[in-house]
Amino acid sequence: MNPGVSPIQVLELHKHFGDLEVLRGIDFRVDTGEVVCVIGPSGSGKSTLLRCINLLEVPTAGKVLIEGIDMTDPEIDVDAVRARIGMVFQQFNLFPHLTVLGNLTIAQRKVLKRSDQEANEVARKVLERVGLLDKVNEYPIRLSGGQMQRVAIARSLSMNPYMMLFDEPTSALDPELVGEVLDVMRGLAEEGMTMMVVTHEMGFARQVGDRVVFMDEGMVVEDGPPDDVLLNPQHGRTQRFLQAVLHQ
Amino acid sequence: MKKTTKQRLRRGILYTAFIVGIVLIAALADWSKIQSSFFNLEIAAEMWPRVFTVAAKNTIVYTFTAFAFGLVLALVLALMKRSDVKPYRWLATSYIELFRGLPALLTIIFVAFGLPIALGVNIPGGLLGQGTVGLGLVAAAYMAETLRAGIEAVPRGQMEAARSLGMPKGAAMRSIVLPQAFRIIIPPLTNELVLLIKDTSLFFVLGSTPVNKELTKFGRDLMTQKFNGTPLIVIALVYLIITLPLTRLVAQLEKRAARAR
Repeated sequence: MNPGVSPIQVLELHKHFGDLEVLRGIDFRVDTGEVVCVIGPSGSGKSTLLRCINLLEVPTAGKVLIEGIDMTDPEIDVDAVRARIGMVFQQFNLFPHLTVLGNLTIAQRKVLKRSDQEANEVARKVLERVGLLDKVNEYPIRLSGGQMQRVAIARSLSMNPYMMLFDEPTSALDPELVGEVLDVMRGLAEEGMTMMVVTHEMGFARQVGDRVVFMDEGMVVEDGPPDDVLLNPQHGRTQRFLQAVLHQ
Repeated sequence: MKKTTKQRLRRGILYTAFIVGIVLIAALADWSKIQSSFFNLEIAAEMWPRVFTVAAKNTIVYTFTAFAFGLVLALVLALMKRSDVKPYRWLATSYIELFRGLPALLTIIFVAFGLPIALGVNIPGGLLGQGTVGLGLVAAAYMAETLRAGIEAVPRGQMEAARSLGMPKGAAMRSIVLPQAFRIIIPPLTNELVLLIKDTSLFFVLGSTPVNKELTKFGRDLMTQKFNGTPLIVIALVYLIITLPLTRLVAQLEKRAARAR
């Protein structure tokens, strides 16, 4: 950890897919221990922004600084930076050919070069934390959606990340399974994990978020404390979006 | 006439024609001649045990060496075909199109005789080495396409999840994507194996000694020597003993894969 330097700093970020300009100049930062929730209509570029941060998408222009390290610099060891950033996907993306234990240990062994024993111990510890220690030897296909997403979170935690990115972690879940995943995330936030969460869960954003960012058409429209952005939005677009979401 | 009566009549005619045909064949065929020239037990007994200990063994060995060589080459080709370096993609595509468009026999002859005559290059290992390379080069072209399809059938999120855990591209491919891809392509790959078993019969052009004959050459030589068709019937049965369980296995695996979906 490098005190005084932001975990995430995004400068004048642009991303094109062919002719489509998905991100149009984003400036944005996340400070240590902060929980930042990104909301906005689909197609607003919020997932792309998240994916640009650990370079799953390569920015067209602009800079992504992770603890001051420029991810777009070709000399940078992107894998080493990624290993310290947890990423949780909408579709879980568990490895179906490995057991829960295998899912949690493979990167520890291959990337962090931990011994089997150490990797297993860490895996059990983080599984216990998400309440799924009894599933250690199951294959992902035997788990419910909520359990899969908790295993996916545990998989990220097993790498001891100093920061976590969540890409709509509850959007693929049945409504009754959303709570158990949000509970785990709330726990992480309370322990001081730096988190960036793309979400449609307004309640979570309001209770857990330190800041809420509203994006639309590839730009940050509003950025501030949850109560300001969610209860007293300054921009017409934010107001319209929130009205549409809250009247569902 | 009612529809059902018509149907019954039609079926009756077909059955009668079938039985008449069988009876005619049974009455007119020279059974003792057929038996002595195709089902001669004495000659069949003479083939024992070498049809298994030499010929079938060689067929299986040649199949596996060609399969192994072809699979390794196919993996390289499949990865080249997915490379972001354009010339690699072109090279792999050209290779696949070329070898899928040529007879395997031509490739084997080229490797065994063309290379030594034209360039003085000798593939070591005699019949085993030349046959393996010749047949493996062709098999690789087919298996590369199968493998590529398998790799592409693994959801993109798998690679992304592995990369986001800090795994380099190669490691993610090896321990996350390829194991899943191979599971998907076990049925088509087993089919390829069955095709290879049959294609090792092409090794007859390579010339052989009594110890390195595969099934077809073994049967054919004995047929010429005894002036009798029995050896061909025997080796045909041996081929079926090897291939039928494999094709059944493929059918089973495909059924299971369909259920899993």
